[in-house]
Amino acid sequence: MDLNSQETIKRLADEHGAEQLLVILGAPDPESAEIAAETVILGDPTYAGALAEAQLGLSVYHALEDEFRSQIDDEVWEDQIGVMADVLEAEEIAVAVKGMREQKPEA
Amino acid sequence: MFDDKQIVVLGERDGIAGPAIAACVKSAGGKVAFASTECFV
Repeated sequence: MDLNSQETIKRLADEHGAEQLLVILGAPDPESAEIAAETVILGDPTYAGALAEAQLGLSVYHALEDEFRSQIDDEVWEDQIGVMADVLEAEEIAVAVKGMREQKPEA
Repeated sequence: MFDDKQIVVLGERDGIAGPAIAACVKSAGGKVAFASTECFV
Protein backbone atom coordinates (compact mmCIF):
# COMPACT_ATOMS: atom_id res chain seq x y z
CA MET A 1 0.00 0.00 0.00
CA ASP A 2 1.11 3.51 -0.84
CA LEU A 3 3.17 4.99 1.99
CA ASN A 4 1.21 8.26 2.03
CA SER A 5 -2.04 6.33 2.38
CA GLN A 6 -0.61 4.42 5.32
CA GLU A 7 0.38 7.65 7.05
CA THR A 8 -3.07 9.14 6.50
CA ILE A 9 -4.83 6.03 7.82
CA LYS A 10 -2.65 6.01 10.92
CA ARG A 11 -3.38 9.70 11.53
CA LEU A 12 -7.13 9.18 11.08
CA ALA A 13 -7.04 6.22 13.47
CA ASP A 14 -5.22 8.35 16.05
CA GLU A 15 -7.67 11.24 15.62
CA HIS A 16 -10.98 9.36 15.49
CA GLY A 17 -10.21 5.95 16.96
CA ALA A 18 -9.69 2.82 14.87
CA GLU A 19 -13.25 1.63 15.60
CA GLN A 20 -14.60 4.70 13.82
CA LEU A 21 -12.84 3.97 10.53
CA LEU A 22 -14.25 1.87 7.70
CA VAL A 23 -12.00 1.04 4.75
CA ILE A 24 -13.40 0.31 1.28
CA LEU A 25 -11.01 -1.27 -1.24
CA GLY A 26 -10.97 -1.16 -5.02
CA ALA A 27 -8.14 -3.64 -5.55
CA PRO A 28 -8.18 -5.45 -8.93
CA ASP A 29 -7.43 -9.01 -7.78
CA PRO A 30 -7.63 -11.26 -4.70
CA GLU A 31 -3.92 -10.99 -3.93
CA SER A 32 -3.76 -7.20 -3.81
CA ALA A 33 -7.09 -7.03 -1.96
CA GLU A 34 -5.74 -9.41 0.66
CA ILE A 35 -2.53 -7.43 1.13
CA ALA A 36 -4.44 -4.15 1.47
CA ALA A 37 -6.83 -5.72 3.98
CA GLU A 38 -3.93 -7.25 5.90
CA THR A 39 -2.23 -3.86 6.05
CA VAL A 40 -5.18 -2.15 7.76
CA ILE A 41 -5.99 -5.09 10.03
CA LEU A 42 -2.68 -6.63 11.07
CA GLY A 43 -0.16 -4.07 9.84
CA ASP A 44 2.00 -3.52 6.77
CA PRO A 45 3.45 -6.95 5.82
CA THR A 46 6.33 -5.26 3.99
CA TYR A 47 7.31 -3.25 7.09
CA ALA A 48 7.83 -0.24 4.81
CA GLY A 49 5.11 2.13 5.92
CA ALA A 50 3.54 3.80 8.93
CA LEU A 51 1.30 0.79 9.53
CA ALA A 52 4.22 -1.60 10.05
CA GLU A 53 3.52 -3.45 13.32
CA ALA A 54 0.34 -1.37 13.75
CA GLN A 55 -2.48 -3.84 14.41
CA LEU A 56 -5.29 -1.36 13.89
CA GLY A 57 -7.89 -4.08 13.26
CA LEU A 58 -9.89 -1.79 10.99
CA SER A 59 -13.19 -2.78 9.43
CA VAL A 60 -12.51 -3.39 5.74
CA TYR A 61 -14.61 -4.41 2.75
CA HIS A 62 -14.07 -4.52 -0.99
CA ALA A 63 -16.39 -2.44 -3.16
CA LEU A 64 -17.58 -5.63 -4.90
CA GLU A 65 -18.66 -7.35 -1.68
CA ASP A 66 -22.39 -7.70 -1.06
CA GLU A 67 -22.04 -5.95 2.31
CA PHE A 68 -20.99 -2.76 0.49
CA ARG A 69 -23.19 -3.10 -2.57
CA SER A 70 -26.31 -3.57 -0.48
CA GLN A 71 -25.77 -0.09 1.01
CA ILE A 72 -25.68 1.65 -2.36
CA ASP A 73 -28.55 2.67 -4.61
CA ASP A 74 -28.62 0.24 -7.57
CA GLU A 75 -28.43 2.98 -10.19
CA VAL A 76 -25.46 4.70 -8.54
CA TRP A 77 -23.64 1.41 -8.06
CA GLU A 78 -24.22 0.42 -11.66
CA ASP A 79 -23.03 3.81 -12.94
CA GLN A 80 -19.89 3.93 -10.83
CA ILE A 81 -18.83 0.31 -10.43
CA GLY A 82 -21.03 -1.93 -12.58
CA VAL A 83 -18.66 -2.40 -15.50
CA MET A 84 -15.76 -3.44 -13.28
CA ALA A 85 -17.93 -5.99 -11.50
CA ASP A 86 -18.11 -7.88 -14.77
CA VAL A 87 -14.34 -7.76 -15.28
CA LEU A 88 -12.92 -8.47 -11.83
CA GLU A 89 -13.03 -11.74 -9.89
CA ALA A 90 -15.63 -10.57 -7.38
CA GLU A 91 -16.14 -13.88 -5.59
CA GLU A 92 -12.43 -14.59 -5.18
CA ILE A 93 -11.78 -11.04 -4.01
CA ALA A 94 -14.62 -11.30 -1.48
CA VAL A 95 -13.21 -14.58 -0.11
CA ALA A 96 -9.75 -13.02 0.25
CA VAL A 97 -10.96 -9.94 2.12
CA LYS A 98 -13.35 -11.94 4.31
CA GLY A 99 -10.49 -14.26 5.19
CA MET A 100 -8.46 -11.32 6.45
CA ARG A 101 -11.43 -9.92 8.40
CA GLU A 102 -11.59 -13.23 10.25
CA GLN A 103 -8.00 -12.69 11.38
CA LYS A 104 -8.89 -9.38 12.99
CA PRO A 105 -7.44 -9.29 16.51
CA GLU A 106 -9.95 -9.27 19.37
CA ALA A 107 -10.56 -5.80 20.77
CA MET B 1 -22.61 0.32 7.66
CA PHE B 2 -21.62 3.99 7.21
CA ASP B 3 -23.32 5.40 10.32
CA ASP B 4 -20.97 7.79 12.13
CA LYS B 5 -17.96 6.22 10.42
CA GLN B 6 -15.03 7.93 8.80
CA ILE B 7 -14.74 6.17 5.44
CA VAL B 8 -11.30 5.52 3.95
CA VAL B 9 -11.44 4.75 0.22
CA LEU B 10 -8.45 2.91 -1.24
CA GLY B 11 -9.20 2.62 -4.94
CA GLU B 12 -6.86 1.24 -7.56
CA ARG B 13 -6.29 2.28 -11.12
CA ASP B 14 -6.53 -1.28 -12.46
CA GLY B 15 -9.50 -2.12 -10.28
CA ILE B 16 -12.11 0.33 -9.03
CA ALA B 17 -10.94 3.95 -8.84
CA GLY B 18 -11.22 5.97 -5.63
CA PRO B 19 -13.67 8.57 -6.97
CA ALA B 20 -16.11 5.85 -8.09
CA ILE B 21 -16.16 4.27 -4.64
CA ALA B 22 -16.31 7.68 -2.96
CA ALA B 23 -19.33 8.64 -5.09
CA CYS B 24 -21.13 5.49 -3.93
CA VAL B 25 -20.30 6.16 -0.28
CA LYS B 26 -21.46 9.78 -0.48
CA SER B 27 -24.68 8.81 -2.25
CA ALA B 28 -25.49 6.56 0.70
CA GLY B 29 -24.81 9.35 3.20
CA GLY B 30 -21.34 8.20 4.23
CA LYS B 31 -18.56 10.59 5.18
CA VAL B 32 -15.41 10.12 3.10
CA ALA B 33 -12.42 11.07 5.24
CA PHE B 34 -9.80 10.06 2.67
CA ALA B 35 -9.90 8.74 -0.88
CA SER B 36 -7.05 7.69 -3.12
CA THR B 37 -6.47 5.77 -6.31
CA GLU B 38 -3.32 3.72 -6.07
CA CYS B 39 -1.29 2.43 -8.96
CA PHE B 40 0.90 -0.64 -8.82
CA VAL B 41 3.23 -1.07 -11.75
